Amino acid sequence: MTTTQEITLPTEPFVLNIGPVHPSTHGVYRMRCTMDGEVVRDIEPVFGYLHRGLEKLAEERTWTGTIPLTDRLDYLAAMSNNFAYCLAVEKLAGIKVPERAEYIRVIIAEIQRVAIHFIIVGSFLSDCGAMLTPMVYALRERERILDFFDMVCGQRLTYNYMRIGGVSQDIPAQFLPALEKLVKKLKRFIDEFDVLLKQNEILLARSKGVGILSKEQAINCGISGPVARASGVNWDLRKNDPYSIYERFDFSIPLGETGDCYDRYRVRIEETRQSLRIIEQAMQQIPAGKIIADVPHLIRPPAGDVYAHIESPKGELGFYLVSDNSIAPYRWHVRPPSLINLAALRDMVRGWKVADLIAIFGSIDITMGEVDR
Amino acid sequence: MTTALASRDIVTKVNAKFPGAAAEAGAEGALVKAEQLVAVMEFLKNEAGLEFDYFNYVTAVDYYSYFEVIYQLTSYKHNRSLVIKARCYDRDNPTLPSVTGLWQGADFQEREIYDLFGIKFAGHPDLRRIFLWEGFPGHPLRKDFNQ
Repeated sequence: MTTTQEITLPTEPFVLNIGPVHPSTHGVYRMRCTMDGEVVRDIEPVFGYLHRGLEKLAEERTWTGTIPLTDRLDYLAAMSNNFAYCLAVEKLAGIKVPERAEYIRVIIAEIQRVAIHFIIVGSFLSDCGAMLTPMVYALRERERILDFFDMVCGQRLTYNYMRIGGVSQDIPAQFLPALEKLVKKLKRFIDEFDVLLKQNEILLARSKGVGILSKEQAINCGISGPVARASGVNWDLRKNDPYSIYERFDFSIPLGETGDCYDRYRVRIEETRQSLRIIEQAMQQIPAGKIIADVPHLIRPPAGDVYAHIESPKGELGFYLVSDNSIAPYRWHVRPPSLINLAALRDMVRGWKVADLIAIFGSIDITMGEVDR
Repeated sequence: MTTALASRDIVTKVNAKFPGAAAEAGAEGALVKAEQLVAVMEFLKNEAGLEFDYFNYVTAVDYYSYFEVIYQLTSYKHNRSLVIKARCYDRDNPTLPSVTGLWQGADFQEREIYDLFGIKFAGHPDLRRIFLWEGFPGHPLRKDFNQ
């Protein structure tokens, strides 16, 4: 009787460059992978292809003039960036935002979260091999949301909508009735999308147990947002450090158990549902009134430093600002969730194959505009 | 709501363990001596009752006569945050100890500060420029940088 002996061929480790221009790197990101056959042994991330020096540029603009720069950070969630920056300046200058503006901001920020989660879920499924079909449907729904941003500010990508002390213009009369219809439509869409994919065998095979990030490591690496929550970190700034008016709404924080790609996907789907719940409540409570506080055109916040953060769709997006009581910021720093969420990527992909590397990377969800700034 | 620890509380706690290491800096935040930075951070991270396990961010500011490096920490367990600041006065060769040994998340951010401000982090495993290329003249976020 003969025994089958495993024959292993020795392989030389070699270097494979993925990116900077590659559809699955979600921008101009480059990974220098050391490969052993098809298995990833190590990766070295290479940044900087989209570095525009926004933090330096901001030092030569007025406090209001830097709002368009925030649009160019995470350009898929420009409203969230506007929101975080305006909150930081308001905290520094002690400006009270009118009630109506707070509600508009929350509604806008939450539909932005739904829009970006649709992109990420769609592109993650593309990365997993469900080539473009889920993406097309997800993007179709995102287009409907972009119509609403178009309605409030005339832009579809870089909005420059929020202002220090409020928002630039009131929502038009047809906005809320149309949004009510959209929320109903989106709920149906999410249910349908979810049913088709939740138990999909290929998705399960590609994402269950792949790229596990432990809770301890997520905390140690400073990872925030859906990636951390998929690993079981129960931390959402909307609940744990409520800013604006988030303490008035009833919503829950979806958590994952194992921290694999599938959990990250599930957490995002659940978050869109919770965001729609917040929007529904905000639409019922929104009062009439002013949309912007009395803020001078050239604002001079008192000298000092401040840090304010929000739960952006990617995680903790914060601004550290230093004022010297002049019309321009002395220091303008962004705490970029996209960059910091990559801190554990190296440990997450070691030992997985290239195809899994693409899926793991896609499930982290980064935007290069925010990584490189 | 995350409560920011008042600067007096931080200074009292740190100085009880490391006499003279910390001083008050504004209403929130403590200024820690560079030589004792890592020991203080380790104490804040591991001491029962404090447990600042989450490292929010680190960044730097150029005030001409010195560089100030700002660390923000959060304790998930107690829902508290605090700000630690450190200064380096040597403009030609600013150096601070690295905290990557305590928080892996500090890795890229310290590289960013090195790239844009030129502050070296002693003990960092891979201190290279992160956004700009090797050989780029100067450090752009310094206030005296000329294009």
